Amino acid sequence: MSIQNEPKNTDEEFRIKEHWPLVHLPKYLAVLGLVLMTINMYLIFLVAPTDIVLGHIQRIFYIHVPMAILSFLCFFIVFIGSLGYFGVFQVFKLRSIKQNTWDSVAHSAAEVGVIFVTLALITGVIWAKPVWGTWWTWEPRLTTTLILWLIYVSYLMLRSYARSTKQGAVFSAVIGIVGFVDVPIVYYSVVWWRSIHPSAVIGPFSESNSLDPTMNLILWFSFLTILVLFAYLLLERIALRNTEFDLARLKLLRELKRIR
Amino acid sequence: MNSIIHPLLIIIWKDILLEIRSKDTIISVLVFGALLAIVFNFALNINPRQISEIAAGIIWVSFAFSAILIMNRTFVREQEQGSLDGLLLSPISRDVIFLSKVLVSFLFMITIEAILLPLFAAMLNINNFSWILLATMVLTTLGFATVGTLFSFMAVKTRSREIMLPVLFFPIILPVIIGAIEASRGSFGIGYEPSWNRWLPLIAIFDALFLVICPWIFSYLVEE
Repeated sequence: MSIQNEPKNTDEEFRIKEHWPLVHLPKYLAVLGLVLMTINMYLIFLVAPTDIVLGHIQRIFYIHVPMAILSFLCFFIVFIGSLGYFGVFQVFKLRSIKQNTWDSVAHSAAEVGVIFVTLALITGVIWAKPVWGTWWTWEPRLTTTLILWLIYVSYLMLRSYARSTKQGAVFSAVIGIVGFVDVPIVYYSVVWWRSIHPSAVIGPFSESNSLDPTMNLILWFSFLTILVLFAYLLLERIALRNTEFDLARLKLLRELKRIR
Repeated sequence: MNSIIHPLLIIIWKDILLEIRSKDTIISVLVFGALLAIVFNFALNINPRQISEIAAGIIWVSFAFSAILIMNRTFVREQEQGSLDGLLLSPISRDVIFLSKVLVSFLFMITIEAILLPLFAAMLNINNFSWILLATMVLTTLGFATVGTLFSFMAVKTRSREIMLPVLFFPIILPVIIGAIEASRGSFGIGYEPSWNRWLPLIAIFDALFLVICPWIFSYLVEE
């Protein structure tokens, strides 16, 4: 077509704007994450003492706990992003943040959150079998996490089934708000439900065991590692989304130019 | 005040009139509900001793499925002839449109439940009813209608239409279903007698919360 014959375009509109200020941060986070992850693996498998009662299976807990906690953080970010998308924070003089930025933060956090919560569920199930003697139990935290997973999977589904990007953004922001508000109610309903349906949790696990100081330290280190991984994934996803938008815009501009 | 009540009643009456003339929703959902009772009977192979334990569960699962069918209809019917756009263009507040749709769904659901309940009571051999069951039905159905109306509005606008509603609806509504089952079990006089006084407030809090949030969000939704 005529694109190649055109003179080299120097129009302002064809230049990609770097509208995400933290463009270079993910690279450093990736390197930092790699180093931390290596040290973390060493600590978990070689330094951490083996649990007397649970044995080696207990080591999965260093990955499981940070994943579960950070997935909650992700969904909190989705909630904030969704509220921001509807302009709730305009009262705080945050007008400079564009609607699209709120949406891309919420969308990226939801995707990272679904990955984290999936991993937390899988590691949880692997842990539960030897420790509780069953793959799954309808314990409040487990059930709430599963419901959380379902809510945010439906969030992503709704986005991909929407007829336009704008529609997907509005609809999923609704789920971002409604879903987050619903989580405490789900938690308490299952806590109450459990109090009348005691189910047999067998195995030596008890809630009140105190952690060995070394274990505690390594848990905090794992938390830091996963936090870096989380920040890297989130920022990279936001950057990728912005690139997708730029690409879509450029394609549209090119089409318009050709028609003209 | 009159500017709220009058359009509200007009929209509700429009939907009721449509239903009276076509009769397609109520009849098909009733047949579906009766079929569910039969399927559950064979799926669970119920014997008289355990029947009182699981009756509440069977009733509420059937009611929830019937509710999904009704809510799918509320906006699909509007969407077909483009009357939804007409409704949104009319000089009526968005909150009123939303509330009228909630009330219509609520009325249809409570009608279905009122007809199905004696059927289930006969099939499952439930003898003791009380005001607690009535309160549970009203509060739970209100919760179903509020959340369901918001989601069915979104669902009909997506590409997958009806499939999307249950996927969105069930995770959010889970606490209400748990509460309804436990409260009705209490009202049938099985085992956990004092439990209803905590479950009814749970459902009521859920209703109150979402009756505030959903109309507010709906006003953003329709702008899209």
